[in-house]
Amino acid sequence: MAILIDENTRVLVQGITGREGRARARLMKNYGTRIVAGVTPGKGGQAVEGVPVFDTVAEAWDSKGPFDASAIFVPAPLVKEAALEAIESGIKLLLLVPDRVPIHDVLEIADYAKKNNARFIGPNTLGILSPGKAVLGMIGGRAKTAGEWFKPGPVGVTSRSGGITSAMSYYITKSGFGESTIVHVGGDAVVGLPHPEIIKLFEKDPYTKVVVMFGEIGTTQEERVAALIRNGEFTKPLVAFIGGKAAKKGTRFSHAGAIVEGGRGTYESKVEMLRSAGAVVVDKITDIPDAVKTALGG
Amino acid sequence: MARLYEYQSKEILKKSGIKIPPGRAVHSIDKALVAASQLGYPVVMKVQIWETGRSDKGGVLFANSDEEVRENAKKMFGMRWGDFVVDTILIEKKLSVAEEYFAGIIIDDAQSKPLLIFSSIGGVGVEEIAKKHPDKLSKYYIDYQRGLYSYQAREVARKAGITGKKLLKIGDALSKLYRAMKAYDARSVETNPLALLDNGDVVALDAHIVIDDYGVYRHPELGIEIAREFSRPATELEKIAFNVEKNDYRGTFYFFQMTPDIPKNESFIGFHGAGGGGSMMSMDAVLNAGFKLANFTDTSGNPPSSKVYRAARIILSQPNIVGYFASGSGVASQEQFHSARGFVKAFLEEEIDIPAVLRLGGNYEEKAIEILETYLKDLPVRIEGYGKDDSPDFCANRMRELVSENNKRMHSVKPIKEFKPQGNEYRIKTITGEIYIDHAACDKCEAKPCVTACQYDVLKLEQGRPVLNISPDDAAKGKCTECLACEIACKFNGQKALYINLPIPGLAEYREKVIKKEGA
Repeated sequence: MAILIDENTRVLVQGITGREGRARARLMKNYGTRIVAGVTPGKGGQAVEGVPVFDTVAEAWDSKGPFDASAIFVPAPLVKEAALEAIESGIKLLLLVPDRVPIHDVLEIADYAKKNNARFIGPNTLGILSPGKAVLGMIGGRAKTAGEWFKPGPVGVTSRSGGITSAMSYYITKSGFGESTIVHVGGDAVVGLPHPEIIKLFEKDPYTKVVVMFGEIGTTQEERVAALIRNGEFTKPLVAFIGGKAAKKGTRFSHAGAIVEGGRGTYESKVEMLRSAGAVVVDKITDIPDAVKTALGG
Repeated sequence: MARLYEYQSKEILKKSGIKIPPGRAVHSIDKALVAASQLGYPVVMKVQIWETGRSDKGGVLFANSDEEVRENAKKMFGMRWGDFVVDTILIEKKLSVAEEYFAGIIIDDAQSKPLLIFSSIGGVGVEEIAKKHPDKLSKYYIDYQRGLYSYQAREVARKAGITGKKLLKIGDALSKLYRAMKAYDARSVETNPLALLDNGDVVALDAHIVIDDYGVYRHPELGIEIAREFSRPATELEKIAFNVEKNDYRGTFYFFQMTPDIPKNESFIGFHGAGGGGSMMSMDAVLNAGFKLANFTDTSGNPPSSKVYRAARIILSQPNIVGYFASGSGVASQEQFHSARGFVKAFLEEEIDIPAVLRLGGNYEEKAIEILETYLKDLPVRIEGYGKDDSPDFCANRMRELVSENNKRMHSVKPIKEFKPQGNEYRIKTITGEIYIDHAACDKCEAKPCVTACQYDVLKLEQGRPVLNISPDDAAKGKCTECLACEIACKFNGQKALYINLPIPGLAEYREKVIKKEGA
């Protein structure tokens, strides 16, 4: 079992003819993901890695649909259009890979997605990977290394940093465990499926026995995860690792932020709230495997 | 998040239809006097910085005469706020205020929506007021498609205790505040106080706008030099670094000086991270090992070797650091040898005089470490490469040992040696630089390692000489990724006939200044 993607997920790749799209389509295909079509406006009729390319998402859907998910590899200024096109065509899961997508574009995508019962991961994400089944995005870099670094198992992984996503999962694999699904929620302030949403999915997945989470200073994601534990909406063991202890506190610029957040968002607030809710917060990434072992009962 | 000054923020509000006090931003005492006399006394004078809480510390003063303007301006210009030195004052006509409110719109990450916050009590210490009088505060999530209508904004103000005719002007101002936010890609807009004047007008007496870094490209009119969150204006070296980033879209490069003037004999480290989370984790490790950070640098998102090279040279433009520490998450998806080659070229050209620990874990890490070991072994200082099974703490401790072995010797900044071509080289323009090949030397070369090293088949042999295998246009547009493999191969296994010139505009001049200052 896994969350969000598995070997049956039918995937569209938007921006498949670009430098990144091409390289990542190869990784995904080699890993076993069902890449059924690609889209690049103006380049319909070509094939990339044996995948047929169409001019529009609707055209691709008519010929190769339905699609369960779309991985988007277009330049940041074009992400909004690509995402709206995918949602309008009926795709319910989107992966927005690019970094530097304007936040107002993300708000518009979020609004439209919500009104159409669609979900999105990212922007600024390395993607998601269900070991042995499928990868969406670029986790692992090459199918060969992805196969070595990640193995199927009971640990759900969710992270706000791309590099740490791979690092935590690798250390988990190395110590003899494996992962159900690995999720990089995205590095930006507003993301489609933040930690609390991923945690809720792991709660429902019977195969996931423990969740490992990497949080960072800023936003309220980790505090909201603590609230899920307190409310009984998340009942599995949680091992958390929070970055940014050493970060300098920024000078204050906005009162509105302070009024709304009231001290949330800091390293101390996140660690304190998670610990008091019952999560195990480790100080070092290398402490994760032992904490996972304990959580799984020895 | 790019912060705007109060006077810039007010210009935006004005363009969006919100009233602001008559005023002018000035940079000198003389201009302050001219502005004050044109506006008419009394005036209010406000230092322009990127922080709140100015009035408690003498950053907001009133003046009733030329004499007072002069006196205040003398105090204000050059005032220090942390690392920030005041060079701009906003002078405004003092208005007769009846009531003060607070209005702000931020982006709420939990709801993925803009959130309007309005308080019918505003002014200094609004956070405390909000806590003590929750009934004076109201919040409203704005629907992205529909925006904020005046009727919705009036209801928000009414819930905070506003009644009567003034609701109309406040509602109108709030609606326009949101329009300004959207039109300028702002992360937040805030006015505190938003004031009701004796004459019934509603005016923004203060304003703070933060523009979304990623939306800055849509607003060249704002003249934002560096679209990054800083609490002070950018340093000269940061501007040089930002130009590198601006002119090369491949991967990202972030450079911030934590300590712009590095004192001697303290354990400062040049820090080079890769990826946000990995950088944070690695920073924690070096700080725990007892070091201080001269800078924070992050090269990530699959940057080419040339970008890593430039980042390293910029980091090594900081005097008095005792070590160079590079570390990311440790398990990177990207091919790590690209970074390794960037370090090799930079460290050789710098003749680096301090030890370096480079944690390059991830895809092809063995190859990356081998590159470092092979090509940097003859340097007088230790350069060590590590992989995914070496923890950040282990690497930070290794840094400490190497710094001790080097007797905590401090880095001295050297002049940049400008590359001077002989004039008869074969030249290839790349996306951010140029390759120079001395074909006369190539004729003496048997191995031709440059062509073998080029994994992208950019080079081919023609009569025993390396030449372009693709069109010059393709090479200049990025088909040659500036991976530096050909140069390193030629340098060590060929005739030292190939050089890739990767200029960093402004760095040579900057270093001259640093050298002069350090010598004094």
